[in-house]
Amino acid sequence: MKNNLFFFFLFTLAVCSVVGQEKPTAFVGAKIIPVAGQPIENGILIVQNGKITAIGDARTVRLAADVQTIDVQGKVIMPGLVDSHTHIGGGAGADGSAPIQPDVRLLDSFNVRSSGIQRAQSGGVTTVNAMPGSGHLDSGQTLYLKLRDNANKVEDLLIYDQSGKYMGGIKFANGTNPIRATPPFPGTRSKSAALVREQFTKAQEYREKIRKAGNDKSKLPARDLAMETLAEVLDGKRVVHFHTHRHDDILTAIRLHKEFGFRIVLHHVSEAWKVADEIAKAKIPASIIIIDAPGGKLEAVDVKMENGAALEKAGALTGFHTDDYITDSRFFLRSAAMAVRAGMSREKALYGLTMANAIMLDLDKRVGSLETGKDADFIVLSGDPLSVYTHVLLTYVDGKKVFDRADPKDYLTAVGGSGATEDKTVHIDCFDGDLGGRE
Amino acid sequence: MKNGKRITKNIFLSALALFTFHFSLFTIQAQIAVKGETVWTMAGEPINNGVVLINRGKIEAVGTANQIKIPADYKILTAKVVTPGLIDAHSVVGLAGYMNQPHDQMQIETSAPMQPELRAIDGYNAEDRLIEWLRSFGVTTIHTGHAPAALVSGQTMIAKTFGKEVEDAVIVPTAMISVTLGESGLASGGKSPGTVSKAAAMLRAELIKAQGAKPDAPKDLRVEMWKQVLNREIRLLVTAHKARDIMTALRIAKEFNIKIVLDGASEAQTVISEIKASGFPVIVHPTMFRAGGETESLSLETASKLKKAGISFALQSGYEIYVPKTRVVLFEAATAAANGLSQKDALAAVTIDAARILGIDNRVGSIEKGKDADLAMFDGDPFEYTTHCTGTIINGQIVSEIVR
Repeated sequence: MKNNLFFFFLFTLAVCSVVGQEKPTAFVGAKIIPVAGQPIENGILIVQNGKITAIGDARTVRLAADVQTIDVQGKVIMPGLVDSHTHIGGGAGADGSAPIQPDVRLLDSFNVRSSGIQRAQSGGVTTVNAMPGSGHLDSGQTLYLKLRDNANKVEDLLIYDQSGKYMGGIKFANGTNPIRATPPFPGTRSKSAALVREQFTKAQEYREKIRKAGNDKSKLPARDLAMETLAEVLDGKRVVHFHTHRHDDILTAIRLHKEFGFRIVLHHVSEAWKVADEIAKAKIPASIIIIDAPGGKLEAVDVKMENGAALEKAGALTGFHTDDYITDSRFFLRSAAMAVRAGMSREKALYGLTMANAIMLDLDKRVGSLETGKDADFIVLSGDPLSVYTHVLLTYVDGKKVFDRADPKDYLTAVGGSGATEDKTVHIDCFDGDLGGRE
Repeated sequence: MKNGKRITKNIFLSALALFTFHFSLFTIQAQIAVKGETVWTMAGEPINNGVVLINRGKIEAVGTANQIKIPADYKILTAKVVTPGLIDAHSVVGLAGYMNQPHDQMQIETSAPMQPELRAIDGYNAEDRLIEWLRSFGVTTIHTGHAPAALVSGQTMIAKTFGKEVEDAVIVPTAMISVTLGESGLASGGKSPGTVSKAAAMLRAELIKAQGAKPDAPKDLRVEMWKQVLNREIRLLVTAHKARDIMTALRIAKEFNIKIVLDGASEAQTVISEIKASGFPVIVHPTMFRAGGETESLSLETASKLKKAGISFALQSGYEIYVPKTRVVLFEAATAAANGLSQKDALAAVTIDAARILGIDNRVGSIEKGKDADLAMFDGDPFEYTTHCTGTIINGQIVSEIVR
């Protein structure tokens, strides 16, 4: 019986891979907002084998004979949304044993069957930076993921770089969240900065020992995964995603970045409007969150919806994030719209949902805009992306449809209702059955 | 002569005061004409090119620009869209402060599971920043008070979102009593109620105790409140999300012949005919409320499904314990309007329908002659994300001019 099942899976895999050699598909007639370049009226987007093979208006793009066309007249197509900070998948990083734990990986706790993934797909999100929490100065390594369908293990969602390594950053935080009553956690902001400085100083020494050892393995320091990770950070191979709210905390994060030269993205940045020029001058990207009211925590009493406009004016690279579950991934487009309400330009707001975040995650060569050769990650909308009345109709990742509002199951995810938040059962590749729960 | 001098002095002072106020936020009791390309009166169809005249804090007249002549001394305001001041049918603002620190969190008292004698007006901070925040989005009336976080957490009140002290703002000091059936009403640390069945049993016992209270017994503030409930003078605002808890609410209301308003009602769709049969209105969960735990099945379409079933309902900003510390009912109505509810019905859910459910429709909720001059002004469709609220008027005063 077990053998039969095994062969059945093999057969399924084989069928799926044959289907993978697909014909080109053309999405015809929509207004296309490529983000790279001006909007295209009556556009054509052609995708094949997970990539964009052509994009342009109906007069310039030629349709091959074997192309399969999908009529999307009256609709709007834009790149799949990139969320630079989310907590979908329920992953947890560091524990209570220490304030700085660079060796802890979200990889080891991400739940691919979490309904949050479908929720994000229904909101048009196709790529995320899944993060551990902010209760530590460093709560561990983050994961850059593509929200592909039917993932059975976290590896199915990973994004690999050219060297074959899966991609991710590292989460840092300052301000009140990592401050706790008892050591080894910091009790003050100065102590917080001192502890981070101490670890990076150690990492510098660790790296130096490795450099000095050269080819002499006997001189290598004892292997330390935490130090290895921080060394990656010092080498610019791993970006620091720094949770920070208050103006002084923002400047402390910038100060640490300057001292140690690591690459940094500021996250939340509630008081960005107070120090927008400093952020821009330091050429540091900011990933902001739009919250419906100020307060809720002392560090966010001065948060403003005008942060996007202020950062744009100052010239800083500005993206948005959901911080899901703080804001719901289904309303990610709304974050940009509310920033426009508060003075940000439409172009920069749409850029902030896509390309800006792709740049922050070193994924701008692959996602974030609709250009020939890039991943076929895009969404089909019922109307203007910044209108409350607009719905996400279709979401595609790597050319595969992962959300369809016309499908009753997907519709349930999009609007909610009984069963909408239940986590998924096991799925094997394109096999669409229920294998009887989780083992 | 002496009198004349005083009059001159008074005129001078009045002029100075008028001058000062003209350049400040508040034009006290001014006579105002508000012109709107669209005026949603919520009493009949919207008026194109409408005018609303305001005099002494009340609406003096409303009609088309052709019908209404604006007196020369009226200050004229113009907006693309004018609506009645918005009503948030259930909030905790004023008690649950924006800082979210122990000293400004007055919405829940954990010393006992049932404390209907706690008055909302004694915990209301009329100057909390969140009230100003709501006001700047056109919200002029809030039904606020003790939070849905204990079996019986205390009273609720109805206030305007303007006024230095609670006395200036309040319009109904005791509106309802907040009751929570379901997980969020349970006590922690081994205290009762530890289960929803225990919560129902405790509520029943309390009502029975009040029924049996002897007339000559020493006055008990708690029992007094329950007597008003049993006499159908005060309604229970029963927060219940699971279908199970909604049914418990309806059952207890029937057993004791008391009046309730259902609140939250995430799973209303599951028991919609039972809710309809009960005749009780529903203050629906915020449209964008986060799903999880007992709210796992909430839907962006709850409001539209209630509308289809013919159930009276209003929308609310709800109770948030973290970020955002309050929602804005304008945004919740907008999302409902994008998910099956008509624009008019969504607007009604935060104006006239909310006023009716709260029992204050004689004063607020629509733009009609004689009602309080509470208006919200917008530079476009009020529900559109990128539209701004350009001004808010409460009792005939311009209380917000921030374009937000």
